[in-house]
Amino acid sequence: MNSPITKLYALMLVLFAALVGFTSYWAVFDSNTLKDETANRRPLIEEQQVRRGLIKTADGVTVAESHPEGGGKNPVYVRDYPQGSLYGHPVGYSFVQTGQTGIEKSENAVLAGERNEFTSILDQLRSVPQEGQNVTLTIDSHIQQVATQALQQEIASNGIQGAGGAVVALDPSTGAVKAMVSQPGFDPNTVKDQGVLERLNSQGSGAPLVNRATQSVYPPGSTMKVVTAAAALDSGQFTPNSVLSGHSPQNIGGVPLFNAGGEEFGNIDMTTALTASVNTYFAQVGEQLGTGTMVEYMKRFGFYSDPALDYPSDEMAPSGPYNSSGSLVTSNFDVGRVAIGQGGAEGQDLTTPLQMAEVAATVADGGKLMQPTFVQQVTDPDGRVTQKLSPHVQATPISPQTASELTDMMTHVTQDPEGTAAGLTVAGGVPFAGKTGTAEIGDPADGINQPWFIAFAPAQDPKIAVAATIERCQGCFGAEVAGPVVTQVIDAALGSG
Amino acid sequence: MSARNRELLALIPVAILVTAGFTAVFIVESSQIGDISLIYGGYFLAVCVGVHLFIRVRLPYADPYLFPLCALLAAIGLVMLFRINDDLALKQASIFVGGAVLLALTILFVRDYHALQRYRYLIATGGILLLMAPRLPGIGAQVNGAYLGINLGPFSFQPAEIAKICIVIFLASYLAEKRELLTVAARRVAGLTIPPIKHFGPLLVVWGATMIMLIYIRDLGSSLMFFGAFLALLYVATARLSYVITGLALFLVGATLIASQITHVRDRVDIWQNTFDKNPCHLTKQELHAGEDCGVGQIQQSLFAQADGGLFGQGLGESLLKLPGPFAPNCQQPFPDCGSILPAPHTDEIYALIVAELGLFGGAALIVVYALIAARGFKTAVMARDGFSKLLATGLTAVFALQAVVIIGGVVKFIPLTGVTLPFVSFGGSSVIANMILLALLLMISNDARRPLPPPREAEPMLEELPA
Repeated sequence: MNSPITKLYALMLVLFAALVGFTSYWAVFDSNTLKDETANRRPLIEEQQVRRGLIKTADGVTVAESHPEGGGKNPVYVRDYPQGSLYGHPVGYSFVQTGQTGIEKSENAVLAGERNEFTSILDQLRSVPQEGQNVTLTIDSHIQQVATQALQQEIASNGIQGAGGAVVALDPSTGAVKAMVSQPGFDPNTVKDQGVLERLNSQGSGAPLVNRATQSVYPPGSTMKVVTAAAALDSGQFTPNSVLSGHSPQNIGGVPLFNAGGEEFGNIDMTTALTASVNTYFAQVGEQLGTGTMVEYMKRFGFYSDPALDYPSDEMAPSGPYNSSGSLVTSNFDVGRVAIGQGGAEGQDLTTPLQMAEVAATVADGGKLMQPTFVQQVTDPDGRVTQKLSPHVQATPISPQTASELTDMMTHVTQDPEGTAAGLTVAGGVPFAGKTGTAEIGDPADGINQPWFIAFAPAQDPKIAVAATIERCQGCFGAEVAGPVVTQVIDAALGSG
Repeated sequence: MSARNRELLALIPVAILVTAGFTAVFIVESSQIGDISLIYGGYFLAVCVGVHLFIRVRLPYADPYLFPLCALLAAIGLVMLFRINDDLALKQASIFVGGAVLLALTILFVRDYHALQRYRYLIATGGILLLMAPRLPGIGAQVNGAYLGINLGPFSFQPAEIAKICIVIFLASYLAEKRELLTVAARRVAGLTIPPIKHFGPLLVVWGATMIMLIYIRDLGSSLMFFGAFLALLYVATARLSYVITGLALFLVGATLIASQITHVRDRVDIWQNTFDKNPCHLTKQELHAGEDCGVGQIQQSLFAQADGGLFGQGLGESLLKLPGPFAPNCQQPFPDCGSILPAPHTDEIYALIVAELGLFGGAALIVVYALIAARGFKTAVMARDGFSKLLATGLTAVFALQAVVIIGGVVKFIPLTGVTLPFVSFGGSSVIANMILLALLLMISNDARRPLPPPREAEPMLEELPA
């Protein structure tokens, strides 16, 4: 009977080997698939057991914090947003039930205190519990508050039902986002509930969860002329004194183009054309520069790709000429009309408020585009700074000379009595630079506009660059509706509002 | 070195391991080193040395590695149970002491295990009656659709654990006697070997009993284990693969038929095949007890726990087990019966917990221990000097090893998950007690097998041949 016994043992060994084989499949080879399985709540629960770091503004106001729930030895932490809707954008939310958005998502690794394999082993030996790091934002609570109130007020008095808007304020020398507002907003505390989230995402809710500052693209209207002027000057083909006809209408792209209100201008230089926002002048400039040069300079300013902001990529959109099927195009569009922030089915210029704030900031910073960022610094639970904002030049779209000439021209827009923003003042009369925009939405007969204003102040040694826009505004113009939002933000930033 | 000294020496690493394991869990739980782990290690060593001394006196020639290997399993089990809940470890430790006493009593009272042959029909009847006990009103209890245990006052007892030994004793005894007839008297009809029905009848009864288990107490795991041991013995006794194949085919036909009739069994199979489907269950809400999900959560959580383990595991006490705060359900029963992310971490799923905390290497090491025990058991069978001893050792070893294969196989989704315990590791009185009896029998067989033959004496036979 000994031979069958040996064979039986061999069979047992095969069975045991199969067990080891199956174990290694689940524990090692297939473990990542299992960890991603929706029914697997382990990663989620483990993440909730870590106290998530605080999010504070640059001036120390707590925007997001976590409180323990469940008590006992193994609590889980739940997020609170003490400032309510004020920072719904751009901070977003982080809940087990509904996931993560905004800065909560883009900074998740530091907030959750994720460690690499090596420090993890060291911490385990020292039995240090995993704890999240604290994030200090570049946002200033005062500027954020002023920007929110100013935008809400303008939307309430001018916007049609359900309209929204956005404001972005940047520090031109560092790229720091000092304020970012998107209206309508939402209170992140309410989004813990799946039902509320679904309601806010539903049709007719006014899309409060969309961050209009980074994700919505709008026709920029005449604010685009800053980009066109920059391309014209920096390419060396034009100077501020280059003279063209301001006659209206003129044939642009085979179709007559009118100035605003059909206004006639004689032969004028570029400074005058920007000050009075002459469509026909800049459309000719666009046509003379050509599609190649215009696309080149748009790309230099960051068009055609998501902003280089530390923010989730699914909550950002690139700016540039979009065709009617929603794709960015680099050729075969009406370059004369794109140069003044318009276009047609083959290519309509559409930009995010953040992109236009970056344009203003680039001019303000002597031609250098600083990479925008939300994070001032990161501190570990013991208060040690582990990461600090180090300003990074994202690109140099234009020369300092071009920037200086543009600053001069944009200062005329606000300071010259003929300027489209002549009525606006900041900080008790400090000279500042700006550009208005008023894009017509749909049938011009309806009078629905998209008013814009981009600006930086002071004109010399700028401290703040701002862009503001309001959606679907009845009979609104950039200077009258978007302008006051921007000037209030500038006042707040310069410490006089 | 003598066999007994080797046994004593082998117990030392086991004691060190249990001390180290307790220390590790203790540090994680309370961030300090106490003498409690040393006390546990000391007690464990004391009990083991006690058993060793007993074996030294009563079974001096017994296999020296069987007991240390089983003690190693018990040590791993105690550490894991201590990690789950110190109450469980304490209970299991006293069960282990009780089991050790039972091991000694078995060796004392059975004396010559050959005597068991005489009571084989009694033993078989007793075993089958034990199996039916969970369906008896008043003492039977249903768990997850299967009738596995009986409640005797405060104790619950799984009779299948004892029954497996009874059935193996019967089969070994019966086959030892009839194996010649089963092979020699077989006729070949149309290429098939047909064994003589008369001698095969009792074996069919056993096969029938396992099928009844499936139908009546719905214990898929135990019937798999029983039937596996039955086939193993049949094969060793007759050396005919055709019997095994026929038996296997019969079992599969029967099991398929039953699976199509009994929802509980069908669910187990469907969950095994479609673990991540939305709802592989056929049982309706009314048929399930409150809070049960027909077992789909159990196999999923088992795999998720193993996925967390990786190569080296998360460390003793470091994996997620107790559901924290708001995730914890409203519990009537104490942890770990309720509030554990891994269902039944102390019984069915203890292997998943071992992989989660000690990794693939920990799990593989445990399986190697079972393989080593099987090696010692089969070696005993090879060395045994008579047919009954060989078959009994084979049967006991096979049923022990198969039990590990059935439960670990279920946990790693190799076969459908069924509720049997992991021998010596899982929490549970009946399992430890039954396996201690099994170990006692194996030790006795090996003592007989390894006893040096007495030198041939010449005088006595001469005397007998003298004319009166």
